[in-house]
Amino acid sequence: MDELITHAPELARGFLENVKLSLVALVVSFILGTILVAMRVSPTPVLRAAGMVYVNVVRNTPLTLVLAFSALGLSDQLGLVFSDQPETNSFWIVSLGLGAYTAAFVCEALRAGINTVPMGQAEASRAIGLTFFQTLTMIILPQAFRAVIAPLGSVVIAMIKNSTVATAGGYLLDSAARMKIIFDDTGASIPIFLGVIAAFMALILPIGYFTGWLSRKLAVVR
Amino acid sequence: MSTSVLFDTPGPRARVRNHLLTVVSVVLVAAALYGVYRGFDAKGQWEGKIWEPFLRAETWEVYIIPGLIGTLRAAAAAAVLAMLFGAVFGLARLSDHAWIRVPAGVIVEVFRAIPLLLLIFFIFYLAPSVMGGGDYAFFAVVFGLTLYNGSVLAEVVRAGVLSVARGQSEAGYAIGMRKNQVMRVILLPQAVTAMMPAIVSQLVVLLKDTALGYIIAYVDLLNTGFRIMPAAFFGSLIPAAIVIGIIYVALNMSLSYLATWLERRTRRSRKLAGGPVGPPSAMAAVGAGQPTGGGDLPMVD
Repeated sequence: MDELITHAPELARGFLENVKLSLVALVVSFILGTILVAMRVSPTPVLRAAGMVYVNVVRNTPLTLVLAFSALGLSDQLGLVFSDQPETNSFWIVSLGLGAYTAAFVCEALRAGINTVPMGQAEASRAIGLTFFQTLTMIILPQAFRAVIAPLGSVVIAMIKNSTVATAGGYLLDSAARMKIIFDDTGASIPIFLGVIAAFMALILPIGYFTGWLSRKLAVVR
Repeated sequence: MSTSVLFDTPGPRARVRNHLLTVVSVVLVAAALYGVYRGFDAKGQWEGKIWEPFLRAETWEVYIIPGLIGTLRAAAAAAVLAMLFGAVFGLARLSDHAWIRVPAGVIVEVFRAIPLLLLIFFIFYLAPSVMGGGDYAFFAVVFGLTLYNGSVLAEVVRAGVLSVARGQSEAGYAIGMRKNQVMRVILLPQAVTAMMPAIVSQLVVLLKDTALGYIIAYVDLLNTGFRIMPAAFFGSLIPAAIVIGIIYVALNMSLSYLATWLERRTRRSRKLAGGPVGPPSAMAAVGAGQPTGGGDLPMVD
C-alpha cells in the first residue's frame, strides 16, 4: 500500500495523459470515421473502394505496429514532426495514430447502424426528391447514430484502453509507461497495479452505463 | 438494407454528376497516393538497396519466419487457453448457484475492463518474483491474452447459450433430462454453431494483440521485423514495416473472411432459430450477453 501512496502523484499524472490522448483520438476518430462511412456508402465506386481498403487494412493491423510505425517511420524517418519538443511531438503522433486506427472501427460501427435503418426510410426520402447527400444527412445518419450509441460506446472504451499502447509510439508519460518504470525500479507491486486499473475502471464503467442508458433512451421506436 | 438504396438509379444529369465525382475522387486519391510516394521518395525510401534484403532467402530464414512462428505460437497457445477459459467461465456465469455465478461474473467483468498492456506488464514483472528467474515474455503475453480474450469469450459463450430458444431446454427437462444433460446434449451443440463467427472474430483480435509482445521484447513478427531486422540492415525500417504489415493484414483478413463465411452459413441454416451471436459490447451490465441477433456489429478490439 505504501508504494501506491508514494507513487500516486506520478501515476495520476500518467492517467491524465491517457485521458488527454483519448480525448484527442476521440475527436479525430469520430470526424475521420464519419467521412469514411460517407465514402463507403457513396455512389462513387472509387470512394467506396478507397474507404473499404482503408478500413480493412487498418482494422487488421495491430495497433502496436501502427503506433511504432508512426513514431519511428513517419516521424523519425519521413520527417512528420508536430513540435520541436520530443514529448509534445510524440503526444500528437500517438493521439493522431490512435485516432486514425479507431476511425476504422467507428466507420464500421456507423455502417452497421446504417444497415439497421429500414429500407423504407431511404425509399421515402428518395420519393420526396431528396438528394443522396440530403438523404444521408437528414434521414439516415440521425437514425443510424442513435442505433450505434452502445456499439460506439464500446469502441470508445476500447480506445481508452488502447491509449496505454502509447509506449509503442515512444510516448513515455502515460500510465502504462510510468507503471513499467516503477516496476523496473521496485519489482511488481500489486497495490500499484490495482490502483491503476481502478482508475481505468472508474473511467470506463460510467461510459458503459451512460452509453447504454442513452441508447435505450434515444432508441428509435419501430 | 443494401447501400445502393441510398440513391436512385441515376438519370442523365446525375450520371454526369457521378462521373464528375468519380473523376474528382480519382484525382484526389491519386494525389494522396502520389503525395505519399513523393514523401517516401524524398527520403530515399524506394532505393533498391534498402528493399534488397527482402529478396534474400536468409532475411526470411533468420528474421521473418522465426518471428512469424513466435507470433503464431503465442496466438495458438493463447487461443486454446482462452477458449478453455471462456467455456469454463461462460458456463460458470450461467450456473444456478450464486457462489459460482457471482465470482465468475466478477472475474470476467474485471479482466474485460482492464487494459491488456497493463495486465501483460503486471504478469511480466510479477512472474519472476513468484516463480524464480527466467524469461517470462512468452508466458506474460500468452497469460495476458488468455485472461482478456477468455473473458470476452466467456461472454460470447453465455450469449450463445442464452440465444438458444427457451423451449429447447424446457423440452429437455420435460423428458426428464438433468441440468448437465440439457446443457451438454441440447444447449451447447446449438450454441456452438451460433457462437462460431463471434469466436473467430475474437481470435482475430487475439492474433492482433500478440503484437503487444513487442513492448516487452517478446520475439514475435513485429519484433524481428521492426526492431531486430532494421538494426541489421541499416535504413530498412519502412520497407520492413510495409512487409510485416502485409503479413499481418493477410493473416487477419483470412481469419476475418472465415468469420464472415461462417456467419453467412449460420444465418442461412434453418436449424438455428436465433441467428448468430454478435460480439459482446464492452459492458455486460448494459446489455451485453443478450443475444443480439444481428451479427453485423463490428469486432471491438
